[in-house]
Amino acid sequence: MMMKTIMQFLAFIIFSSAVCADEVYDVLLDSMTDKNFVTVERLKQDELQAFCSQPRSVSADEARAAELRAAALSDVPIPSDQNYLGDWQRGEKVASNGRGLQYSDDPEQENGGNCYACHQLDPAEVAYGNLGPSLSGYGARGQSIAMLQYTWTKLWNTHAYNICSHMPRFGAAGILTEQQLRDVMAFLFDPQSPVNRTQP
Amino acid sequence: MNKGFVRGIFTVLIGLWSVTLLSDTEGVFDQYREMLGDDNPAIFVIFDGEEIWYAPAGPKSVSLEQCDLGLGPGVVEGAYAQLPRYFPDVDRVQDVEARLEYCMTQLQGLTPAEVHEKPYSLRGDLGTELEALVAWIADQSSGLVIAPGQAHAKERATYALGENLFYYRAGPHDFSCATCHEQTGRRIRLQALPNLTTHPGAAEAYSSWPAYRISQGIVRTMGWRMRDCMRQQRMPELIMGSQASVALQTYLAVNGAGASMAAPGLKR
Repeated sequence: MMMKTIMQFLAFIIFSSAVCADEVYDVLLDSMTDKNFVTVERLKQDELQAFCSQPRSVSADEARAAELRAAALSDVPIPSDQNYLGDWQRGEKVASNGRGLQYSDDPEQENGGNCYACHQLDPAEVAYGNLGPSLSGYGARGQSIAMLQYTWTKLWNTHAYNICSHMPRFGAAGILTEQQLRDVMAFLFDPQSPVNRTQP
Repeated sequence: MNKGFVRGIFTVLIGLWSVTLLSDTEGVFDQYREMLGDDNPAIFVIFDGEEIWYAPAGPKSVSLEQCDLGLGPGVVEGAYAQLPRYFPDVDRVQDVEARLEYCMTQLQGLTPAEVHEKPYSLRGDLGTELEALVAWIADQSSGLVIAPGQAHAKERATYALGENLFYYRAGPHDFSCATCHEQTGRRIRLQALPNLTTHPGAAEAYSSWPAYRISQGIVRTMGWRMRDCMRQQRMPELIMGSQASVALQTYLAVNGAGASMAAPGLKR
């Protein structure tokens, strides 16, 4: 009798406290359909996505955060030739292009990085978003190997340094190719890039 | 004057105007809104919606006049402001679109497939019947206080589900609704983003949908807004009236509750 009451109480606590992640997934699966090349496969979360889906009011599990941060960092491929910098002009195009991976996009076209959606880059471009920090004059932050590696890692998998950042994992998720990432790196670092020209 | 003709003129004017909009800045849209004053091309869509409501349709050839939007069969005035809400006849929470689907299938004899064939316009279309109906129904709540149901346990569970959906990150870009809408004073490129986790942000957004989209020349519904946000999140297509669509709208409506409806709005 006592046992039964305790079990009922536990069941009440478990089922009444929160909507569990599996339920959210099931609801999404029922509420969405494949469209063009985008399938409901995308609704499945990986470990990082699941961890970063808590409302901000929920206090984070610091130990788990450290684990995921370390896992992200260890997965970043450092270019074997230490060649981080491509063509800044091509990088500028990647930064301006907001297309790619939406079901309304042409999957034959290359994906954009859509950097301007969230960051200021070329100070002469007025149509920039502010979800992320301004990166105007980024090249002045330094050109050392450490700085190049840090930036490469940030672009590849932002969570290596900033767990649950809003930024996509451009390299790790395969949104941009390594060559596109090198081009974006050049757009950020090259002294000739408009990112690094004098503020008007 | 013929309504279709007037609407055509409007569409042409707006088309010409948008051609001049090489830079997609809010300033130009503000000027346009100022020029229109209290006028909103959505008025023509609202007229259409009212006509569609009263017109016999479907295999049973009956109108939607007996449709219960929550305040009793046929009561449209004030109904939108109290949605989404729990409906005992289906034992679930529904938004205006899920409810219209229910009425169209139950009263008019349409199949769900027919209702879902094309609920929202594609670019270049002149609008769908569902969009017109929603525009009229929302207009019948204009100025009324947003008061979605939260008394029933399923209504509260729907809000909780909506909050969890809001923060659910997935897809190749790891996006959720919160990526763009949990901070104040942010924008994408030049597009301002409301903070939907706060009352002012949710109220501003929720009260202004459905809205006439100047750049598209059609009235868009809140359900369409949810679907299009999911598209931009790189997710698959959100089904009109689905549980996720209803729950997300419930999250916004409850966060915005107490503000006054001002739809159909006029947007970029």
